[in-house]
Amino acid sequence: MSGHIIIDRELCKECHLCIQACKKGLIIPSHEYNSRGYRPVCFKKEGKECTGCALCAITCPDIAIEVYRE
Amino acid sequence: MKKVFGRPKSMKANIFHYCAGCGHSIAHRLIAEVIDELDIRGITIGVPPAGCAVLAYNYFDVDMIEAQHGRGPAMATGIKRVLPDRIVFSYQGDGDLAAIGIAESFHAANRGENITVIFINNAVYGMTGGQMAPTSILGQKTTTSPTGRQSVLEGHPIRVSEIFSLLPGTTYIERCTVNSPASILRTKKAIRKAFQCQIDGLGFSLIEILSPCPTNWKMTPVDSCRWIDEAMSKEFPLGILKDVPAEQKKGERRHAG
Repeated sequence: MSGHIIIDRELCKECHLCIQACKKGLIIPSHEYNSRGYRPVCFKKEGKECTGCALCAITCPDIAIEVYRE
Repeated sequence: MKKVFGRPKSMKANIFHYCAGCGHSIAHRLIAEVIDELDIRGITIGVPPAGCAVLAYNYFDVDMIEAQHGRGPAMATGIKRVLPDRIVFSYQGDGDLAAIGIAESFHAANRGENITVIFINNAVYGMTGGQMAPTSILGQKTTTSPTGRQSVLEGHPIRVSEIFSLLPGTTYIERCTVNSPASILRTKKAIRKAFQCQIDGLGFSLIEILSPCPTNWKMTPVDSCRWIDEAMSKEFPLGILKDVPAEQKKGERRHAG
């Protein structure tokens, strides 16, 4: 099963709870700021290991993550 | 690809004002998801508290009416009695429910009003800057207990769910938390059960949610989730404290057997 997530850069508040939740380590911190002064996390797409389990989205307090699954 | 997770329909597209890693916004989302799943968006009325969640009406796409500080269950009582076909929930923090509003909450529970109360317990007064709450645990450092809460000076933390579960009017009481994906899913199930109790007309239901407050606990969001497991859930044990519908079903089965 393959999945994909979209992180809304403006909603993310860099609490990093999704980094803890992702068992595959596909979410990483970033250094770029958004318009509200936070540094939103990034999704590593290259490996294509994402299963679309949605654990990151379930943990996200700001509903910044949308999950798609095939 | 099919979208499997997104913003619930009962949630507006506004950005939450809560701090990073706050449990309030998770609880908001779970309530909105339950409202969507039960298809009660058109008949739900919410009562936000005074406290961090005072602006909850900016986020829920259902009817909301602001209550005076601590008077959520009293206002919910009035709404439910005038409009008994509506689903009424009161959303309260620990300062709102366990301190200033303990009388209103206690008596609404004792009367067995057919409402649902979502009680967010984060062990401090969040909005006013992290003062000690009735639910602060012993030894916890807050701005008004800088050396840690002591039972001789400030008394013991109040276990609201345990007290309410002794009242004959209450139907369903569960304490859960939102510090991990598994516990978040369990909390959603609990909220759904509480709303279902109200739809079935069974009486007062309360869901206590142990919620992280990284800003006032002076921890990172990840550490505050860990602190709930290590310290807070020792003082406030998780689980179902009262489940009248399940007990009744068990009793019926015993009769039939």
